[in-house]
Amino acid sequence: MKKNDFLLIGLVLLIAVSVMGYHYLKKDTGPGKVVIRVDGETYGTYDLSEEQTIDIQGTNILEIHNGEARMSEADCPDRLCVHQKAISRDGESIICLPNKIVVSVEGGEDNEIDAVAN
Amino acid sequence: MKNRAAYFGVFTALALIFSYVEMLIPIQFGIPGIKLGLANLLIVIMLYKCGAKEALMLSVVRIVLAGFIFGNMFSIIYSLAGGILSLAVMALLKGRGSFSVTGVSIAGGVFHNIGQLLVAMLVVETYKVGYYLPVLLIAGVITGALIGIVSGEVLRRLKNLTLM
Repeated sequence: MKKNDFLLIGLVLLIAVSVMGYHYLKKDTGPGKVVIRVDGETYGTYDLSEEQTIDIQGTNILEIHNGEARMSEADCPDRLCVHQKAISRDGESIICLPNKIVVSVEGGEDNEIDAVAN
Repeated sequence: MKNRAAYFGVFTALALIFSYVEMLIPIQFGIPGIKLGLANLLIVIMLYKCGAKEALMLSVVRIVLAGFIFGNMFSIIYSLAGGILSLAVMALLKGRGSFSVTGVSIAGGVFHNIGQLLVAMLVVETYKVGYYLPVLLIAGVITGALIGIVSGEVLRRLKNLTLM
């Protein structure tokens, strides 16, 4: 390999790191909204910027804290949704299959890799 | 000179097989769109052995055929954008003579990804995919370097072989 090859590698990596840094430092677009759907129908829309606890049909409890939404209670046996990490980015969702509840974020921080993900 | 068509056929067949082999590799890199680009090995070798025109022809034929066999219309468009841009940059850098095969291949890998990202931006009509750029740049460097090193070794061993 020649010296220029390494210069090329360095340049590309530098660009990559600076773009990453730019996205990292750029201010968040502000918290979006969480939409709760039960059995396909919209149950309610809630602001991510507001601290709140939402009771969903008495089966699940959604907690919004620090701009993130997290399922804190569920009456189903496996409680997969409770173990899922908190969501805040556009397009992320928490799904509780037994109770047919879908919680998704809309218009939040840009998701890093959704548009190209087929 | 008279073997031109035969050599071109062999290269096309090899490139197609490489596309197929690559499809069989079960490793996912966690991010869609990142792959080794084994077929580009043939493109790089063709570029050095014959020239930009032949490499372009091989690349286009390979992409269209592989697209019809393994992919769909979209994969053909994505690959064509990446393949043509990547080849243009590689031909340019090779012509300048200040880069080794590895460097040329790295530039090819990076611009292959950039070309595809540009098409993705047009198709999805969003600039959000720009987030994806750093990952693709780094992936391009790594895959380009791997392909470049292998191409360099192959070319060293094929020194005496003159094509077309």
